[in-house]
Amino acid sequence: MTETTTIRRAGNRVFIAGVALLILWVLLPIWLLFVNALSAPAEVTGFPKRIIPSFNLDSLSFFFGFSGVIDALWNSVKVASVTMILSIGVGAPAGYALSRFDFPGKEVFRFLVVMTRAFPLPLLALPLAVMFIRTGLDDTILGLALVHTTLALPFAVLITYSLFSGIPLELEEAAWTLGCNRVQAFIKVILPLAAPGIAASAVFAFVISWNEVFAAAVLTIENRTLTAFLLQSLDVSPLPLKFAGGAALVLPALFFIFAVRKYLFAMWGIANR
Amino acid sequence: MPRMLPYLLLLPATAFLCLFFLYPFVQVAHDSVMRNAAYTLENFTRMAGHWKFSTAFWNTMLLAAVVVPIQLAMALTMASIVTKLQRGRSSILYIFAIPLGISDLAAGLIWLSVFEQSGFLNSLLVGLGVVDQPILLLGYQNTWVIFIAIVLAEVWRATAIMMVILVAGMGLIPKEYGEAADVFGASRWQKFRRVTLPMLKPSLQTALILRVILAFEVFAVVVALGGTQLPVLMSETYHWQFQMQERGVAAAFAMVILAVSVAFTILILRLLHVPKGARV
Repeated sequence: MTETTTIRRAGNRVFIAGVALLILWVLLPIWLLFVNALSAPAEVTGFPKRIIPSFNLDSLSFFFGFSGVIDALWNSVKVASVTMILSIGVGAPAGYALSRFDFPGKEVFRFLVVMTRAFPLPLLALPLAVMFIRTGLDDTILGLALVHTTLALPFAVLITYSLFSGIPLELEEAAWTLGCNRVQAFIKVILPLAAPGIAASAVFAFVISWNEVFAAAVLTIENRTLTAFLLQSLDVSPLPLKFAGGAALVLPALFFIFAVRKYLFAMWGIANR
Repeated sequence: MPRMLPYLLLLPATAFLCLFFLYPFVQVAHDSVMRNAAYTLENFTRMAGHWKFSTAFWNTMLLAAVVVPIQLAMALTMASIVTKLQRGRSSILYIFAIPLGISDLAAGLIWLSVFEQSGFLNSLLVGLGVVDQPILLLGYQNTWVIFIAIVLAEVWRATAIMMVILVAGMGLIPKEYGEAADVFGASRWQKFRRVTLPMLKPSLQTALILRVILAFEVFAVVVALGGTQLPVLMSETYHWQFQMQERGVAAAFAMVILAVSVAFTILILRLLHVPKGARV
């Protein structure tokens, strides 16, 4: 009996060590980036590196003072916000329809949505570049947001579909019997229940757009987003600029993932269907 | 009216996907066989004739072949850990999921801070006395170091997406199956191999398709770490579209990426086929 407990304890220790190692594997690289971002430019290019930053803000102020950075940052926020609104505005009604109705063509639509996953979507930017020039959408916030919405829309549809499916139809029916019409019932009963989940999928759409590189680099010239700006200046920009830029990309992402952590499974669990 | 309602609700999304998903794919296929307003295969011959094409193609394939199995193993490990945890489950899950929200460009820059000449790896090597001087790690003399750096960055960044799908999938497996295995005296490994893995097939399918397609799209990580020293399909597509202003050839590259993506999707669907009646 004591032998098995020793074995179990040893096993537990290996398990805890493994967990600790994996946590280190995820967090250490992010820490190293922030060490660089929070050190003076001379330290960033200097050698050897220390594992604790000097908390010097010169690299960051160099980055934010660099011509075009503030604009790029602001463009990223704008594109991501429009993407967020579009993908929820277009995706949530579809998710609601899928969860509440059985109708011919439902499977075709679901197939269309699921199919988007089997295609390398950033490539869409190539033909759309021409279409946008024709329609005057080239190099605009809206044009890029439309492409990013294509990336985010399938998720928005599937997430809201699972959200609405989780809210019993009986609640809605009760509201109807009490004199609400469909729209009122939706606004007064369903929406408050679904709001946190919808917010989470909105945040997720924001993150998808915020992080996207290829389409942003292909479709924008003057109105570059932060990712496009960083990518196109990679071979000319000094190290402190790169690392401060990387940190500026990563920091919001940390908060976003924290905000939607409860919904990560709802989002990806349904990806299984 | 009520009979039309679902269609009305689906209309915006359908219209959107037709305009910005189906139409561009038809267009890019069209562009790839079009040159000077005539149908031709010249774009493809120019693409295949360029000395960088086969390097880019095989680099992309090799990266996917190395990265995806490592990620699968790590994602399965992480998902098993998260499923087993009693305390601290949500915090550890959050930490494991962090890279999910991080851009591939940022991931490239993160690993650049490790691998650049005055970076943390050189600091460690000099500190340990392995080398006397910081060495140029990401140079053209040793592209294999660039390759390893890209593999690390990709594994670091994109394992989380597989993990989350697998955790969700493990949650769907009824507990009774594991309990039954316990009754018959199965070891942990046997339980994992004979119960969890087969039951996890649908999630494995989704995770693998998603991951393999993203692996063929690898771009910003490669550019951030290797510049143009290690060409991949996506960076060549970008190069032809921009520097060369050859949209037809870029479209041909896109068709190649599309073809391998679809081929592998079908392959994974076949290999991990789950009969309809056997789903949880």
